[in-house]
Amino acid sequence: MKKWQCVVCGLVYDEAEGWPEDGIEPGTAWDDVPEDWVCPDCGVGKEDFEMIEIG
Amino acid sequence: MTEQTPIVIVGTGLAGYSLAREIRKQDKDVRIVMVTADDGVSYSKPMLSTGFSKGKDADGLAQAATAAMAEQLDLELRTFTTVTGIDTNGHRLLLGDGSLTYSKLVLAWGADVIRLTIPGDGQERVFPINDLEDYRVFRKALKPGGRVAIMGAGLIGCEFANDLRNGGYEVDVIAPSDAVMPSLLPPVAANAVQQELEALGVRFYLETVVERLEPAEAGVKLFLANGESLPADIVISAVGLRPRTQLARAAGIEVGRGVTVNRLLETSAKDVYALGDCAEVDGHVLLYVLPLMACARALAKTLTGEPTEVTYGTMPVMIKTPCCPAAVCPPPSDAQGSWETEQDGTHVKSLFKNPEGDVLGFAVTGRFALEKQALSKVVPPIHS
Repeated sequence: MKKWQCVVCGLVYDEAEGWPEDGIEPGTAWDDVPEDWVCPDCGVGKEDFEMIEIG
Repeated sequence: MTEQTPIVIVGTGLAGYSLAREIRKQDKDVRIVMVTADDGVSYSKPMLSTGFSKGKDADGLAQAATAAMAEQLDLELRTFTTVTGIDTNGHRLLLGDGSLTYSKLVLAWGADVIRLTIPGDGQERVFPINDLEDYRVFRKALKPGGRVAIMGAGLIGCEFANDLRNGGYEVDVIAPSDAVMPSLLPPVAANAVQQELEALGVRFYLETVVERLEPAEAGVKLFLANGESLPADIVISAVGLRPRTQLARAAGIEVGRGVTVNRLLETSAKDVYALGDCAEVDGHVLLYVLPLMACARALAKTLTGEPTEVTYGTMPVMIKTPCCPAAVCPPPSDAQGSWETEQDGTHVKSLFKNPEGDVLGFAVTGRFALEKQALSKVVPPIHS
């Protein structure tokens, strides 16, 4: 499981935890996160910004 | 073999680095040189108003060192380098005694903070915060538990007010408007944010301005136009931003409110482009993250051989006031219609509707802020 970080606001998406508030189940790989998901903090879209692989 | 003439990017803020990153997605080999007047440390400017809430100082807000960025993006970085002019005919960027020949030049040098001229001898306690270095200086000058006065109740003033309260500081906000964020939020939503900030302990002095600043024992004393006076250790000036245009204008490049570019991000000079806070894109000056990222993606394609116009979708602005989360998507300035509001205390959902009932903009606060993504899909994009 990997973690990805929003370059704009530093929010971390942890594949192990998913993002249940937006219906993304724990264990969802970044590639499987819907393309229209946006950063919950800063609103930048998945394709609009880089997620940095941090582990 | 002679060295390839590089793409030159002026500025290593969010715009410059985002563009470089996007170019590398398109082309691993094209030569890129980045020029910056500062140390080139990568950081995200919108995060400067979240330091205390995130428990980060200036170093903590830095995302990557200059050398790491140069290596990661495989480019040459020239730090502490001041641009003195642009020779658009000769394709040369002038750097004092030296110059740099470009194949394409990108202006990503951002905006300046507007500095007020206020009478009095207390000026050295006034801190504008426009970049990471400003933030570092400000944090160093700030004593724990001190009292901070913020001039300006716009997005940045409100975000800093919330963040400083979270950091345990006394906060006074002074602004000429009768509400917070007047150019961004309709009154009901603005009042909600203000109420929650007040509940957090922020004191507002609206419809007045700082007339005079005098040194005082603890720092400085602010004399307001309404006759009140208040002490502060430090004053933050957050009265607005102005896109940097001087060097472009001096080079004969067309400027308006920002450096004028079309949807290909082309300036009036051949092979010179602009994006980010310095640019007026197709008539829009939007000093926010979403437009900047959209421009970086489009321009990277254009610069690597696939001319691509930027398309602005719906551009909601997130307001980072954790005591009252808010998001707004202002309607077009010439839109006909009115705001319809649903309200539960400081939870506000205002929709701007035209006479046909179409939603053209929104402002949401408190628990309604969760609806920002759903609403963004309803509002028509800027470029359809």
